[in-house]
Amino acid sequence: MERTIYRTIKATPAAWGVAVLLAAFIAAAGLSVLTIEHHGHIITGMNNQIVWGLPHVFAIFLIVAASGVLNVASISSVFGKKAYKPMARFSALLAITVLLGGLAILVLDLGRPDRLIVAMTKYNFTSIFAWNMILYNGFFAIAGIYLAVQMTQGLSHRVHKAAGVAAFAWRLILTTGTGSIFGWLVARPAYDAAIMAPLFIAMSFALGLALFILVTLLLFRLDGRIFGDKLMKRLGSLLGVFAAAVLYFTAVQHLTALYAEEHAGVERFILRDGGIYTTLFWLVQVVLGGLVPMALVFLRPSRGSTILASFLVILGGLAQIYVIVIGGQAYPLQIFPGYEVLEGFNEGVINSYAPTIYELALGLGGVALALLAAGLGAKILRVLPTNLSDANYPD
Amino acid sequence: MTNRAEMTRRDILKSGAAVATLTLAPGVTLMTFGGSEANAAKADAGKRWGLLIDANKCDANCSDCVTACKTENGWGNDGGEHSSPETESAWIRKVTLRDKNTGRQVSAPVMCQHCESPPCVDVCPTGASMQRVDGIVLVDKHICIGCRYCMMACPFKARSFVHSDVPEQSVNAPRGKGVVESCTLCVHRVDKGRIPACVEACEASGNSAILFGDLKDPDSPISKALKQYPSIALRADLELNPGVRYQNL
Amino acid sequence: MRLILAIMVLLGLSLPLHAQSGALPEVPKATGEPHPEGNEYWRKNHMVLLRHDRDLTLREGEREEIQASLQSCFDCHTVRDEAGEPVTVSDERHFCRVCHDFAAVKPDCFTCHRSTPSDNVANRLMAKPEEPNSIAAYLERLKALEASEAEASQ
Repeated sequence: MERTIYRTIKATPAAWGVAVLLAAFIAAAGLSVLTIEHHGHIITGMNNQIVWGLPHVFAIFLIVAASGVLNVASISSVFGKKAYKPMARFSALLAITVLLGGLAILVLDLGRPDRLIVAMTKYNFTSIFAWNMILYNGFFAIAGIYLAVQMTQGLSHRVHKAAGVAAFAWRLILTTGTGSIFGWLVARPAYDAAIMAPLFIAMSFALGLALFILVTLLLFRLDGRIFGDKLMKRLGSLLGVFAAAVLYFTAVQHLTALYAEEHAGVERFILRDGGIYTTLFWLVQVVLGGLVPMALVFLRPSRGSTILASFLVILGGLAQIYVIVIGGQAYPLQIFPGYEVLEGFNEGVINSYAPTIYELALGLGGVALALLAAGLGAKILRVLPTNLSDANYPD
Repeated sequence: MTNRAEMTRRDILKSGAAVATLTLAPGVTLMTFGGSEANAAKADAGKRWGLLIDANKCDANCSDCVTACKTENGWGNDGGEHSSPETESAWIRKVTLRDKNTGRQVSAPVMCQHCESPPCVDVCPTGASMQRVDGIVLVDKHICIGCRYCMMACPFKARSFVHSDVPEQSVNAPRGKGVVESCTLCVHRVDKGRIPACVEACEASGNSAILFGDLKDPDSPISKALKQYPSIALRADLELNPGVRYQNL
Repeated sequence: MRLILAIMVLLGLSLPLHAQSGALPEVPKATGEPHPEGNEYWRKNHMVLLRHDRDLTLREGEREEIQASLQSCFDCHTVRDEAGEPVTVSDERHFCRVCHDFAAVKPDCFTCHRSTPSDNVANRLMAKPEEPNSIAAYLERLKALEASEAEASQ
């Protein structure tokens, strides 16, 4: 087995092309934020009924995926799988940039993003949101240390392992925190369930791995490096297991809620009568984002299956978060049980949401920021191995 | 007038602790720390302000309480070309309901329920969502970052986010773009010994469906009414112990 | 980094230059009694005082002993236009803007607070018991109602 050699990526014309494209998306997001700042949120599709919109879907997607991206490194240093070792450095770097992208969206969507300093200096410790801010900052620090440890020559195996365990533990806590943002909302029938935390952890495993596969593959393609078929198949079957875990937690979440008559209304809405949300749930999340990728990687394992499955898992994840965030708000609050509302504005009716170009630009800009920062990191730091060819892993 | 330059910097910055200044004579200032007895005009921990709404007395065709609140606090017409009813604020709203089983119809206003354990205060990351010692739940717009998590957490849809610029606000209720707001129980009036605008308007309409008073005082009309007749809290299952109660709903 | 340092040095130099060239803002004349602490004190500390009193008012309901409030600022520091109307903060002659524009510091007050004096002074003073919307008068009315209902039921 060869020793892994890490090299920065070259600034090829193709790499420049991708960078310019990403920069354009970031610029569009910047423009969108300035426009929203000037006019207020009135120009977005969000309103006083649907208070969190498309930006939050993208932000939560990236935040959840970020901790999952770090798993690749954890698999090597915590669980001792040698095949994952060459990918560990980039896993830590990508985890940092993906979280950065997600937080950028979240902050820029605030009503008063100029008051970020307030959010950083005044903490209400009964708020899971405030705890999350500490968890996010801690994640940057721990993933950063983890990356530095991996890139420092001559550190003992024990230091690697300690950094790896700390990062793995922190990422589990972080995703628990993200899931609890919804899990602890007692007011809304679509949330208010402890299963939100493990569900989000399962989602992070799947989304993070899918995102890692695609981004690494893209950078390897741009730089003409080899990503072995056998390794791709191996990552694919792991992705299949994660996709199954997401489906499992989703099934438990909905079956439990269906059993309680109290939650039957919102379940009927999501699973049967919710229109776009029902379609997104069954067609995109369950079939395209869960069953199809599993069939691909388990029944016909191949390089192409893994790539397609990764795209589908990400698509399904976005649909799932959309259904949770927007669908959960679209279903009305049950303030007057046993009563039918005859009059009262937006009382007891399904709330509608139509995202505008501003929200989409902001969300995509955050994704672009995460990707561009990852590419820049790989340009500056020696985080990517010169090849991931199958010759390196005789099993 | 008190000479503020004579107060030490520490006193001025120490707004977290209760610091009361009392002017005895021009130039002579009495400062007390940690006590509320020096000044009766502050929010009083011995009180808890609340409302009791009688749905039987509330007229389905009357919305005087909503109109009065809009006039008093200057919301409801933020307008603009992109405005829609969904983006307008609603500090107080009227609902008309029909019992699914019996067909009985009732009407009542819904506003911030001023919970004893408010979820909006629990979830607010910065502490902008806050509760005064007398139970009134407010948004400190000076430190609200506009994250809207309180709106996700409120079981009563009582909070609104201001979606566009608000020029020349009412002096009673500062409010502006990018922060969250809700019913203040007319705190600017209550602190000056006046009843909330909705209560005044409801009485003036002849319906007198809203009773205002101190829930901690057993002899107050609201406490006596609560003791004598059945009443409910909205979303009683959540055990938030709201300061707003309903009768005949 | 060097560029930033150079800009900072230039900025630092430019401040005394302004002072020497007499380009300081012309503060609009105020009415009423002068501040006992002197203008310099208020120029330097107004934000601290306003922030302190805003927290007292909002969080503790302290409304009697408050001195630093925007409305009391406007009692004396209102700039009027040709028609005699108070100018809002959107006009660069506004009292706050004269210095803030010069210092290039944007006050955050007027996103939520009105920037002109208000005719609505109904809630500036404590309610007297004889005012119909005072809590005292309200409770009296309830008591009278209770008494009449008790009489009717007998």
